[in-house]
Amino acid sequence: MDQDQNGSALNRRNLLKGASLAGAAALGTQVAAEPPAAKPAATAKTDGAGPNAIAGGDYMVDVLKSLKLDYIVANPGSSFRGLHESLLNYGGNRAPEFITCMHEESSVAMAHGYAKTTGRPLCFLAHSTVGLQHASMALYNAWCDRVPVIGVLGNIMNAAARRPGIEWYHTAQDPCAMVRDYTKWDDQPNSLQHFGESLVRAYKIAMTPPMGPTIVVADGELQEMHMKDVKGDLHLPRLALPQPPQAEDSALRDAAKLLAKAERPIIYADRMARTPEGMTLLVQLAETLGCPVVDMGGRMNFPNNHPLSQNERGGQLLRQADVILALEVADLWGMTHEFIDNEEQTVQSKIRAGAKIISISSTELYLKSNYQDFQRYAEPDYPMAGDAQASLPSLIEFCKREIDDGARGRISKRAEDHAAAKAKAYEATRNNAAVAWNASPVSTARLAAEIWSVIKDEDWALVSNDALSGWARRLWTFNRHYRYIGGAGGGGVGYCLPASVGAALAHRGTGRIAINLQADGDMMYAPGALWTAVHHKVPLLTIMHNNRAYHQEIMHVLRMANRRDRDPSTSHIGTTIDNPYIDYATLAKSMGMYAEGPISDPAQVGKAIRRALEVVKQGSPALVDIVTQPR
Amino acid sequence: MRMFVIAAALLVSAPAFAADNTVTEGKRLYNFKGCYQCHGYVGQGGAGVRLAPDVKPYEVFSDFVRHTTGAMPSYSEKILAEDELKKIYAFLQTMPKAVDVAKTPLLMNAATGK
Repeated sequence: MDQDQNGSALNRRNLLKGASLAGAAALGTQVAAEPPAAKPAATAKTDGAGPNAIAGGDYMVDVLKSLKLDYIVANPGSSFRGLHESLLNYGGNRAPEFITCMHEESSVAMAHGYAKTTGRPLCFLAHSTVGLQHASMALYNAWCDRVPVIGVLGNIMNAAARRPGIEWYHTAQDPCAMVRDYTKWDDQPNSLQHFGESLVRAYKIAMTPPMGPTIVVADGELQEMHMKDVKGDLHLPRLALPQPPQAEDSALRDAAKLLAKAERPIIYADRMARTPEGMTLLVQLAETLGCPVVDMGGRMNFPNNHPLSQNERGGQLLRQADVILALEVADLWGMTHEFIDNEEQTVQSKIRAGAKIISISSTELYLKSNYQDFQRYAEPDYPMAGDAQASLPSLIEFCKREIDDGARGRISKRAEDHAAAKAKAYEATRNNAAVAWNASPVSTARLAAEIWSVIKDEDWALVSNDALSGWARRLWTFNRHYRYIGGAGGGGVGYCLPASVGAALAHRGTGRIAINLQADGDMMYAPGALWTAVHHKVPLLTIMHNNRAYHQEIMHVLRMANRRDRDPSTSHIGTTIDNPYIDYATLAKSMGMYAEGPISDPAQVGKAIRRALEVVKQGSPALVDIVTQPR
Repeated sequence: MRMFVIAAALLVSAPAFAADNTVTEGKRLYNFKGCYQCHGYVGQGGAGVRLAPDVKPYEVFSDFVRHTTGAMPSYSEKILAEDELKKIYAFLQTMPKAVDVAKTPLLMNAATGK
């Protein structure tokens, strides 16, 4: 073997060579003399790694453990074999525990769902080329959704140390370049200490609002080098997370004055409540102001059974509002404008003339230019750069100071009016759900009601988006922060199933029933996540919303046909999932999961879900395939 | 005598038979032309507004289909003939009423805030 000047080609193989030599000696075999191993620096202190650490990968595990990462999610890959083995035999496969995924897109989506459930990131491993390419769409979802996910990529920069063939395919000069437009930060360390510091930095950056994915390369040579070859000191970098940035006080005071004097204020919250505290604070603010709240669903922001929760009347109240407070709203322009996508695309403002818009958003602090997830330029009157949740305590305090006796009476009356409207909205919702109640395929409202009848006396969490055309969020009572985590973020299909498995993994052991409302098209992107759920005993109740098509896309094709005055009846071509229909229950069963279906008769739905729930309560995942109306 | 009975029966049921055919064809057209995508297989609504039960008067219904300025794409007579639209309308008129919420425990227990 040719040795480079630094002995690095040798370092990567030292452990194996050592093992080979020992084995050969035991067998009495003659072996050729090997060049001496690189001499460690005389002053190196490696006590940053555990006492039993013998390889670079072991130190990497020590760093991962220091970050208290519960799981590593990955599809195995040779470019991170050194780290993989260290996780198992040095780390004991505990905190982090290796979760076997069947696609890197699933790995990242699992981390996405987990992070929104716990508030803490997971780490995914992937090849720097093919693995990251698979992972990239899911990373884009996490980026758009402002969710922390940490990637560690296997890569072998030293060309002389690469095995011929595959390791060349699995190495890039700048592997993170491919996803740099939708990750917050990345690094490619060239020493173990550098790796340790970069991984801790990656965690810190990912967790600082606006949150987002970060990536660190774990070079193959560093993973496989012997600890005795470490040059320089090695210590575990300390993690200290920065406080989330709060909006500036004087701007918050101005906002409080406006809100306290408003006749018809309204609050819109999107990706606001990062933690349960965020929801508590928003309730306090709403009650202080007697102000209706529309929860846009990016996170679980506001209990939908609170009298001031006015999701049902959001459009009407927005048009009447004189002061609008937008908290971490991803698309403020879209929230305040109606864009009619018809023959003549038209735009209408949804707000009345003179209405004032206050916006608090951490996305003001950090944007990138290539991908257009920042949406159309909005024109709030009072834009504030800051994390909305971190800004709420001050805003609440300032509002309280601004409310005088006159305002107090107005606020009280307003709150009563909204409470009365809420009762009527409930009634209207039930009446709407009663239409097509006995239809087959099953209506989305009926399905949501059937599920609710089974889970309402349980402790539960909806870990997918509300795929049932919003019926779950209308018919169920969402009164805890963990009840809902929002959707994919970037609209990337293939998120729902693996993100639900990741979120259900986070709920495992809590006694909560994790529920996944699973669209059929999304399921087929990465059905291997079903196997991951079974293999790792992740209790997850999956209910298929099996409408046997990509219905949104049918409508787009139909819209084009109508606009061009051409045959609308062709819109099913390329957009439906039939001939044959997919048997999702059999698919799940093939991976060892309890499953029932397909069920088209609404009278059979509740019974099937109850049977599946019993399986989930025993600690295993289960799936019920319901054939549904389109939307 | 037997022939007379059969002929009489045919005379009596002919309009009903025609109506059945109209509804059947209306259902086919409703699906074939893509209405169900947004409005559901029974017109209950979804991405689009509810069409049934309680179908609006034909003039209102037709005017909206032909000249919508909302989110729904309009259908010209070229791609949806007037007689086809009438058949679709006839189909929608046969959709069942909503169930009685008060007599449906699943609904009474939903959207309660509890």
